[in-house]
Amino acid sequence: MSYLLQVGLETHLELKTKSKIFCSCENSFSSLPNTHCCPVCLGHPGTLPTLNREAVRLAVMAGLALNCKIQKNSKMDRKNYFYPDLPKAYQISQFDVPLCRDGFLTLSSGKIIRIERIHIEEDAGKLIHKDGKVYIDYNRVGVPLIEIVTHPDIESVDEAREYVQKLQRRMRYLGISDCKMQEGSMRCDVNVSVRKEPSEPLGTRTEIKNMNSVSYMTRAIEYEYKRQSELLEKGGRVKRETLRFIERDGSTQPMRSKENADDYRFLPEPDLLSLTLTDDEIESIKAKIPELPDEKIKRYKECFGLSPEDSENLIKYPAVANYFEKAAELFGRPKMLSNFICGQIFAFLKTEEEKENFSVTVTPENLCELLNLLEQKKISNALAKETLGKMLQSGKSCGAFLSEKDFSVLDENTLKLFCREALEENQKALADYKDGKEKALKAILGAVMKKSKGKAQAEKALKIIKEIIG
Amino acid sequence: MSKLLDIHEKLINKDISAVQLAKLYLSKAKRDNGALGAYVSFTEEEALKTAKAVDGKIARGEMISPLAGIPMALKDNISTKDIKTTCCSRILCDYTPVYNATVWERLINKDAVLIGKTNMDEFAMGSSCESSCFFPAKNPHNTEHVPGGSSGGSAAAVAGNLALYALGSDTGGSVRQPSAHCGIVGLKPTYGAVSRYGLIAYASSLDQVGVMAGSAEDVALVFDSIAGGDSMDSTSNPQYQANTLRDLESEIKGKKIGIVKELSEGLNEDVEKAFSEAVKVYETLGARIEYISLPTLQYTLPIYYILACAEASSNLGRYDGVRYGFRKNIYEDINDMVSQTRSEGFGDEVKRRILMGTYVLSKGYRDAYYKKAQELRLAVVADFKRAFSKCDVILSPTTPATAGKLGTQSENPVDNYREDICTVPVNIAGLPSVSVPCGFDRENLPIGMQIIGRSFEENKILNFAHKFGQVTEYIKETDWGVRL
Repeated sequence: MSYLLQVGLETHLELKTKSKIFCSCENSFSSLPNTHCCPVCLGHPGTLPTLNREAVRLAVMAGLALNCKIQKNSKMDRKNYFYPDLPKAYQISQFDVPLCRDGFLTLSSGKIIRIERIHIEEDAGKLIHKDGKVYIDYNRVGVPLIEIVTHPDIESVDEAREYVQKLQRRMRYLGISDCKMQEGSMRCDVNVSVRKEPSEPLGTRTEIKNMNSVSYMTRAIEYEYKRQSELLEKGGRVKRETLRFIERDGSTQPMRSKENADDYRFLPEPDLLSLTLTDDEIESIKAKIPELPDEKIKRYKECFGLSPEDSENLIKYPAVANYFEKAAELFGRPKMLSNFICGQIFAFLKTEEEKENFSVTVTPENLCELLNLLEQKKISNALAKETLGKMLQSGKSCGAFLSEKDFSVLDENTLKLFCREALEENQKALADYKDGKEKALKAILGAVMKKSKGKAQAEKALKIIKEIIG
Repeated sequence: MSKLLDIHEKLINKDISAVQLAKLYLSKAKRDNGALGAYVSFTEEEALKTAKAVDGKIARGEMISPLAGIPMALKDNISTKDIKTTCCSRILCDYTPVYNATVWERLINKDAVLIGKTNMDEFAMGSSCESSCFFPAKNPHNTEHVPGGSSGGSAAAVAGNLALYALGSDTGGSVRQPSAHCGIVGLKPTYGAVSRYGLIAYASSLDQVGVMAGSAEDVALVFDSIAGGDSMDSTSNPQYQANTLRDLESEIKGKKIGIVKELSEGLNEDVEKAFSEAVKVYETLGARIEYISLPTLQYTLPIYYILACAEASSNLGRYDGVRYGFRKNIYEDINDMVSQTRSEGFGDEVKRRILMGTYVLSKGYRDAYYKKAQELRLAVVADFKRAFSKCDVILSPTTPATAGKLGTQSENPVDNYREDICTVPVNIAGLPSVSVPCGFDRENLPIGMQIIGRSFEENKILNFAHKFGQVTEYIKETDWGVRL
């Protein structure tokens, strides 16, 4: 008997404000512990929070980009619990009146994942376990967070993955968060339950805390799905509890009961006024929302004729899309442009971070200059790629590597000569090809390229080779 | 009548130097503190440094503030940079803040001379000053009696001439009640009139810093200097600019005073008599008296103890021994450390209120207690608003009885809480109120009455207080401290 999976996600994002949410401390990473702290974020006796409106604006922007209703009147609340990383013994958050409500995110299948609420709150510090001692770094205390809570509409691991990735991409487009799971600027709590029939009420859920990568998250969901299904099958009952994911073996384990205590004794934060927004404020935030990924894919299809698959890579990071769009204004073949960006340039960028920032030294203008030469068949594809490689290394334009003599396309006779020579020198490849190994031609073509110093046009050369072979 | 202005005059006329004045107050304060227990620490170095600077300004002929060089005191729950601020709790007995409260910062800018930090009930919870972790303060009118609380040390310092004025804090009467018991003038400003930044929180939605001094005029002078919006306190009113001195001499004639039935019941005989005499004084000044009823006031004690304790349970969570203050050093794990630290660091009354606050916020009880109290609070606010459509100020006794003897607090805390019956409604409604001496009981202990005003009408209630003071003689010097 197979069970249906039901997943709800609570995603925390660190907002990229200049200062922290309730004080004027810098909101940026520091490797030196306790250097971005003040009496307010450390909760020294007598200090009071003051709300950073920038955090509110970014949260509203997230809400609008996720189709939420923005609450013009909301309030901050205290969530009380003791933990050494929480200096006031309460987290200022939003309890019953969140900033945003009732939104949704659409998956590529067209399925809608409903978003119940988005609220703003402050982050806690970090415990550092070292040499049998516990140290506390409060730099992160008071970093603004939003928590995005979905309904349990996610019904497979693939949907969970796509939701997280789409959410990540959308928020990066807004520029409100780095959304880096491995660095903790994006963290997920996963609620998992199973049931037999869609008509049944939802099963008892368990919550797996603090997933810091998509792959851990999917493994945790798979594990919980299996565990709960087997438990029910044996006639057992799922206990409602909070779990932690054990990376070592991919299992989940209950957290200690003290961390589990969930009576947070919420009370309205008396140190802050209720949070109000005017229509004008909301409108001005709306006006600042850039074109978002899904809309971009649609436009790339309409304007550039790019398939969604082609567009996916281009729009993954806003910086790449911007680059592409600038270049597309200068160069008329978007598909060719897209291939060069996603092929050549991406291959040159080693890390995900380099891809994300897309800080390449080749300007869109320089890239288009090169592609124009290729387009006009003045240079071969191979030479274009080789040159682009040099340009990426040096930051120079293609003029620095190509001269007039490179532009002269090989005359037909020379090309034929090179092809014959290549065939004679590569008898084995020729035999393989005759045996039906289509790929063997590549070796022969490679030899032609070498002889022509890259000036041969691959298509033309292939045609000649095939003619010679007969 | 203003002692502050008299001394200011003496300072600029060079009849006395600020350093001489500071030394005089420091020596008398130290001498009499054994008897009065007003101070828990002295700030001699700080005081003499400022006094010297003031003398320098006077010598150079510079303009100085009327508060410059004036010896004063701060309740020990007001944050003073590099000066211990303990809330008279074991849990903070070694705590030295790294920043100044806004009120203290404003007084520093006026060259105020801080003599020391004053005694109080632990974390401002109490009304006798006996829950201080150090020692109790005594009433300068009779040292067998309590000075009231929680700002009992500030009241004793002012009434005992050990400071010319003092700041206290008032959450449910903690400025007005000790002012009444010690025969001085004490103002609890409108919620939001004075910054709370740096006032160590007891119940954030009720706390206000207040001023205690020997006359309404002195209170007005100090209040105008500390009041007004503060960007560090979102609940302070950025528009409010206090100018109570300007209106002190306004006519009382034709103004309407409300006497509230619910605040005039269950009074001790002497208090009742003194209060009705005081009402007559206002009648002779030309005021008209309206007798009114505010039915919601019967709920104010439960509302207060639910809301104040709920907020306190949250506010005091931070004292866990992790970052500052007292820490119990032998423990099994972090939870044990926090638990032992708090068990030993807090006194009984504080623990009682934390427990009550935790209870009323707990799942399943929150709606029955906390939420209901919140709703009723709004009803009280509305009731006062209705009353103020009929009168300019409301007059009531500050306390139903005069100061009790030390060690006579009831075993049943609810009996003690009942003594806050007159003062608590004002905090719930966030209104300003000033307690003014209005007589003495048969044992010669001071009796106080309070004048309650509309929000941000401190000018009006201080005007009423000042006019009353001009025609009565209920502020009597005690034998302690500095007699100039």
